[in-house]
Amino acid sequence: MDFLAVRARNPMADDSDQILRQILTDVLGLKPGQADSFDADTGLFGHLPELDSMAVAGLLTEIEDRLDIIIEDDEIEGEMLETYGALLGFVEAKRATV
Amino acid sequence: MTPRHWSCPAADGGETFEYALTFDSGRAARLLIVPALFDEANRLRRLTVETMRRLDAADIDTILPDLPGTNESLASLQDQTVSGWQRAMDAAAVQFGATAVLGIRGGCPFAPRAPRVLHYAPVKAANLLRQMIRSRVVSAREAGREETSESLREAGQREGLELAGHRLGAAFLCAFDTLETSPDAEIIAQDRVGGSGLWLRAEPGENAAQADALAAIIAEAMKP
Repeated sequence: MDFLAVRARNPMADDSDQILRQILTDVLGLKPGQADSFDADTGLFGHLPELDSMAVAGLLTEIEDRLDIIIEDDEIEGEMLETYGALLGFVEAKRATV
Repeated sequence: MTPRHWSCPAADGGETFEYALTFDSGRAARLLIVPALFDEANRLRRLTVETMRRLDAADIDTILPDLPGTNESLASLQDQTVSGWQRAMDAAAVQFGATAVLGIRGGCPFAPRAPRVLHYAPVKAANLLRQMIRSRVVSAREAGREETSESLREAGQREGLELAGHRLGAAFLCAFDTLETSPDAEIIAQDRVGGSGLWLRAEPGENAAQADALAAIIAEAMKP
């Protein structure tokens, strides 16, 4: 799914982007503002050594809590977690269907 | 800071000895701390001990016992039960003469009764379990195996389950899933401590400002 196209369609896009950057800041222990440099191609799972399966599970739980969505087992796949753009696209699409 | 051992009731009616980290100068204010569980225990250990150092400076004794089967314990984690952990923490509270109890995250449901009970960022046991099961689903998928939360949960309640390196028995998993925290506890939410919770971190971290804030909140709550 095209990252920018989804964002343009979704009125909650800015909100999701901001919240997702904050969650990644909390999980990765980044300095404030450091996550601002993430773009659609920034690598996540498989690119950052600290983001192991336990951290990903924590990340998904925080996404559920703070964005009020439920992520099913069969929705969790490598591609969705691979880049910041893919994860944001997934979250925005999910919020649009709530 | 003194390592101590304490007598823990065993399932067969006997006793075993478990370890506790203590700042114990025989002062009137004595806080028993039930640590966070599993991976969160590692991520929050330093914050916990740093908070204890600050409470020591504030004239409050603190006792941080191991839950049997964790940390320095000689017992096997797989053999532990929810009621066994509750009995263990009750026994620790009595032996150390705790005047107050602090539960941290998943440790909150194991916090014994005391004149004052504080819960720092309590988490429902079911939510903690769900996250650990999800971690296993993610790592299985990465390894090309297909596992589902539902099938893992069912298998765990039948024959036990290894989650993120922690081998948990069937009896533990059955009881843990429905465990609730005491509604009477005073909740210390993360927004009072400031910053984001260190249990969220992928790696264990530390934060002096959070330890300062947490210790100040506890000291205030324990004032006679």
